[in-house]
Amino acid sequence: MAPLLEVKDLRVTFDTMNGLVKAVDGVSFTIDKGEIVGLVGESGCGKSVSQMAITQLVATPPGKIVSGEVIFEGRDLLKYHPESNMMRDVRGGQIGMIFQEPMTSFNPVFTIGEQIMESLRLHLKLSRSAARKRAIEVLEEVGIPDASVRINNYPHQFSGGMRQRAMIAMALSCSPKLVIADEPTTALDVTTQAQVLDIMMKMVEHYHNALIIVTHNLGIIARHAQRINVMYAGRIVESGPSEEVFLNPGHPYTIALMKSVPRLDEKRGRQLIPISGIPPNLINMPPICSFKPRCPMVDACQSLSDPELRPVGKNHSVRCHLNISGQNSGTIFE
Amino acid sequence: MEQSSNNTILEVKNLKKYFPITKGFLRRTAGHVKAVDNISLKIKKGETLGLVGESGCGKTTVGRCILRVYDPTDGEIRFQGQDIVKLPYNKNRALRRKIQLIFQDPYGSLDPRQSAGSIVGEAIKIHKICDNKQTHKKRVEELFTLVGLDPEMASRFPHEFSGGQRQRIGIARALSCDPVFIVCDEPFSALDVSIQAQIINLLQDLQQKLGLTYLMIAHDLSVVRHISDNVAIMYLGHIVEIADWREIYERPLMPYTQALLSAVPIPDPIVEKKRERIILEGDVPSPINPPSGCPFHPRCWKAAPDCSKEIPELREISPNHLVACIRV
Repeated sequence: MAPLLEVKDLRVTFDTMNGLVKAVDGVSFTIDKGEIVGLVGESGCGKSVSQMAITQLVATPPGKIVSGEVIFEGRDLLKYHPESNMMRDVRGGQIGMIFQEPMTSFNPVFTIGEQIMESLRLHLKLSRSAARKRAIEVLEEVGIPDASVRINNYPHQFSGGMRQRAMIAMALSCSPKLVIADEPTTALDVTTQAQVLDIMMKMVEHYHNALIIVTHNLGIIARHAQRINVMYAGRIVESGPSEEVFLNPGHPYTIALMKSVPRLDEKRGRQLIPISGIPPNLINMPPICSFKPRCPMVDACQSLSDPELRPVGKNHSVRCHLNISGQNSGTIFE
Repeated sequence: MEQSSNNTILEVKNLKKYFPITKGFLRRTAGHVKAVDNISLKIKKGETLGLVGESGCGKTTVGRCILRVYDPTDGEIRFQGQDIVKLPYNKNRALRRKIQLIFQDPYGSLDPRQSAGSIVGEAIKIHKICDNKQTHKKRVEELFTLVGLDPEMASRFPHEFSGGQRQRIGIARALSCDPVFIVCDEPFSALDVSIQAQIINLLQDLQQKLGLTYLMIAHDLSVVRHISDNVAIMYLGHIVEIADWREIYERPLMPYTQALLSAVPIPDPIVEKKRERIILEGDVPSPINPPSGCPFHPRCWKAAPDCSKEIPELREISPNHLVACIRV
């Protein structure tokens, strides 16, 4: 079966005063129908930009999608003009987006209801009254109390958690086949985060959407995602089923990420192992391997070529010359 | 030095901070936001107290009251045995040498037009710690090395540093006058995970080296577990549970603490599958109009009719484990 979405060798650059920033540098991944995939990485690694490029939301200029294919249900979306009817139909209609900042991603001068109804009327060609009915329905589904009254509220009248739930309602209202959630809970408190994620997962299950969660929180991925992609400096450095990646990580960066955060269930007193240095400058990337300057296992690596993403297990691939996965590599450098 | 018995360096007793809500042209007081409502806590010398809660629960206000940025509405703050709330204004400066603050946002808390060296050295000048330029310069260099920065960087400006380095400058500034007590207000939350670990390790090393005492205001429960000796959980201006870290994390008694802990995801899919999750309903109520009785009862799954009658007192359930819940 063909995957729902296949991204092939996507490259996005930004032309800045200091030079050309290679924000996304040859990213390829797939997502199947109904699958939940996590994308992890630190800020500035290109994870958001790679997702924005799927629906051509990268601001041009300074951004530019240089090359690549985004095959969604058999059609290459990058072949269409960003403002074509086809792309308008895809955005919100077939691919729903949930953004990080629920305050800034809603328009403050329209009511929540008007904003949800807009996409329903546009994509599903519903009448005003039918759209309103449907909007109340989805707001109820995400647990907004008194949805028929609250629909007339403006975004500032909602709390952060409610706004994010309304955002989920809006993204899912047209039953898109794919939902992209870009840091959906980063701005929220922990209990609200759990609440919002719980609702999002229930909705996704109910509507059989595929979901990409972009986050820097490994815990969220472990809790919800079936597959995980780890990004570093514009590239995917590790990809695989989430249990496999957490148990037998194959890239030193993935291991380092796991070791650098304290866990709620570990023995206390472990010294955290920070990743030395800072993420590389995307204008002037280190030549051989982008992680080499920070890699804790650099001494073991003799290779002078740029590593390719290569398979190390079933559906599990790693962009590293070293063979470290498979031997409970999660316990390495302890 | 005056020191009260059993090494308590800071004691907060029945602290209250209400912010007035004004209305209309005459700015009449129409009500109060009870940001901190009757909290008490003690911190021993050399220890770290983690103060945890969700946004708007009043944890930052507690920190600011201790720093005397805010004047408390009521209550006592005893620092090294002295009640600092009643301290006259001109004595504040001497106090500020001993109590310092590390800010959350390493971007917003540094003056962009001052060089890093001048930021770190400013307080030393104000407090007249060094008598000449040479010793001043040496002291700044010392501080840079202490926090893991190259002293050569002192002439650079904040925008030339990365987030982690800026946080180090903030820490060097806080340490410049040899404080004994540092209020850390979310020092890690603006940093990336790989950098966060560097700063956590740095603060732990400094505590050991310099015998510092920390009030660690944070919302990340796994980080707080990693660095705190004691943990206080706040909800809507009240402390609802306080105990040593092991008790809080292994035997949480207050339903809110249990919900908070279960909401933190563990980066391990196998562990996650087996975990029981408590998903709270609704949102945190407004502190302008808090619910009657226990502040948590409208969201609590164990709530009984009695819970809405009066605010539960902190009771000692087992030694040094205090809980404000009538259902425990």
